[in-house]
Amino acid sequence: MAEPLYNEAVVKKCIIAAVFWAVVAFLVGVWLATELAWPQFNLGLSFINFGRLRPVHTSAAIFAFGGSALLGTSFHVVQRTCRARLFGGDALADFVFWGYQFFIVMAALSYVMGFSQSQEYAEPEWHLDLWLTIVWVAYAVVFVGTLMKREEPHIYVANWFYLAFILTIAVLHIGNNLAVPISVFSAKSYSVASGVQNAMIQWWYGHNAVGFFLTAGFLGMMYYFIPKAANRPIYSYRLSVVHFWSLVFMYIWAGPHHLHWTALPDWTQTLGMVFSIMLWMPSWGGMINGLMTLSGAWDKLRTDPGLRFSVTAVGFYGMSTFEGPVMSIRDVNALSHYTDWTIGHVHSGALGWVAFISFGAIYYLVPVLWKRSGLYSHRLASWHYWIATLGIVFYITSMWVAGIMQGLMWRAYDAFGFLQYSFAESVLAVHPYYVIRMLGGLMFLTGALLMVYNLIQTVRSRSTEPVFALPGALAVAGE
Amino acid sequence: MFIRHDFIERSAFLLLVLTLVTIAIGGIVEVVPLFTIETTVEHVKGVRPYSPLEQRGRDIYVREGCYVCHSQQIRALRDEVERYGHFSLAAESMYDHPFQWGSKRIGPDLARVGGKYSNDWHYAHLIDPRSVVPESLMPRYAFLAETPVESDDIAARLRALRMVGVPYTDNEIANAVADLAAQSNPTADATDLLKRYPKAVTVLGNGHVVTELDALVAYLQVLGTMVDFADPAEERLQQ
Repeated sequence: MAEPLYNEAVVKKCIIAAVFWAVVAFLVGVWLATELAWPQFNLGLSFINFGRLRPVHTSAAIFAFGGSALLGTSFHVVQRTCRARLFGGDALADFVFWGYQFFIVMAALSYVMGFSQSQEYAEPEWHLDLWLTIVWVAYAVVFVGTLMKREEPHIYVANWFYLAFILTIAVLHIGNNLAVPISVFSAKSYSVASGVQNAMIQWWYGHNAVGFFLTAGFLGMMYYFIPKAANRPIYSYRLSVVHFWSLVFMYIWAGPHHLHWTALPDWTQTLGMVFSIMLWMPSWGGMINGLMTLSGAWDKLRTDPGLRFSVTAVGFYGMSTFEGPVMSIRDVNALSHYTDWTIGHVHSGALGWVAFISFGAIYYLVPVLWKRSGLYSHRLASWHYWIATLGIVFYITSMWVAGIMQGLMWRAYDAFGFLQYSFAESVLAVHPYYVIRMLGGLMFLTGALLMVYNLIQTVRSRSTEPVFALPGALAVAGE
Repeated sequence: MFIRHDFIERSAFLLLVLTLVTIAIGGIVEVVPLFTIETTVEHVKGVRPYSPLEQRGRDIYVREGCYVCHSQQIRALRDEVERYGHFSLAAESMYDHPFQWGSKRIGPDLARVGGKYSNDWHYAHLIDPRSVVPESLMPRYAFLAETPVESDDIAARLRALRMVGVPYTDNEIANAVADLAAQSNPTADATDLLKRYPKAVTVLGNGHVVTELDALVAYLQVLGTMVDFADPAEERLQQ
């Protein structure tokens, strides 16, 4: 570890931001779950009404927590695997970090103040979209520039995924946010596309925010941190190649499965369904590559809580990427769409995969970046692991039950051939599951707070006790 | 390796270009034909641009994020058609910038909520949802009744919508302020308004100021009512 070679200051900032936003995202999530269980908690206040606060939760989870984790880990990984300091100097990297944080804060404030495009996961209005475009281009310049000036002959596989994530998000962001403001001094704008075309573009964007932000980016994380923590090379190079190209090719087609049985033409729905089902294979290719990397190193799960998070994340990834194709089948979707099943599916991905793979990377990175011999407490990290895992189980099982129940109640007929239930009855029926979901979220938040304490103590302590073995000089993960 | 991937992964430029090409294909194939194939949006009579007050109501619907709990898209499934009415046509949202089809039903679908309840019901429900639906999880929107609707920029809003393809005429834009006032005053002469915007529902107002709640109710009351499904020939509904 040639210290002056790398810009680690910006990586540290990103990790701190990721941990901070994780707590914010989970806290707002728990609050929203409480509002759904007991609507009185909306308190009649416009700025914390469910409609305005829900984008704060999704943006905080995806873009603030996930995005900061991706920025930090990609900066770390690209420097280490290229043996090169970040391109463009420290100032450009700092601009990317602070520019991105500014975007997040402004986006969250704008939602609660009543500015929203109401396009799911693309709620910020046009002026913030323009700002994000500038920041994102700077990010791409830093990343690609670092790849260009690398000392290693090969570009390591993790960087392929980070690169695909950065490029595709740029294309999606611009494509989905084309809008005409009512004046240059007004935050309000109208999208260029309308109706069915707008719907298709939105879900081309929306599903690939999942595919490239929440999948490709975090696969980049998997491809570096699992080999590092396990001290093993990636299981199969060939599988990496095949699953990378098939994943980035197929994901982009999957959007129409959000629009089954709607006014979107059948041919588009069918294409979306077919590619969504095929997507199962490259997804599991990635899962197999991640899990099999542990061959011969499974014992490390007992001693390394960070690795335990990473591996469980890959397990949840496999489960979500099986569930997703099932739900994209039109006849399954007829039942599952518009219900809480979708919410459960999203959270098995967001909590189980995205958050867990990030926790694994963060538990690994903090001692490395702050030059500590190891984590302050393995015990606390284990508690975090078990509380969070149990929280996810509460969350997704309650949403499965609630979602399938809603779907069945909405389509139920009585003996006389009339619809059996009013909509309001289905709302009442899911109440207990909304309470269980809230408790699951509360557990996940509690686990994250344990992590915050553990990380702060790790940074504060100067313990020399080597409880956390740093990887040796063995050349793994392209270094 | 069957292809010399070695070659690709030694060049950042090549990796970048090939990735861009790979991700471009699916999007182009699925999106571009929707703009070019003529039958994507049905040719039905009745769909018109929103009246100024309805459009302001729609802007409030968008601002408050109503789409996170309410869909506006009745799927072509038996139970949905029986519960909510005729399945949604692409034509019915062709002037919706942005579309609000939604993805989740914490509350019911609103694609055809127009005319289902009285204005009074909507006012009561938006101010305190549980006063009329005890099971409801909806937040209270009483603050809308206390907020005057901004109408100074209504012409600018219609002009921006015209730029993105909504066919507002010069006449409609010139009369935007007057139409907005007429639709929120039950005693006003609504002849011109209804000529420009057939089926527009006049809302109550509180007599001296037009509130955001008035605008939202006007919007909700027109949802799904523009197409007369008794009228159009079935083949017109084919996509």
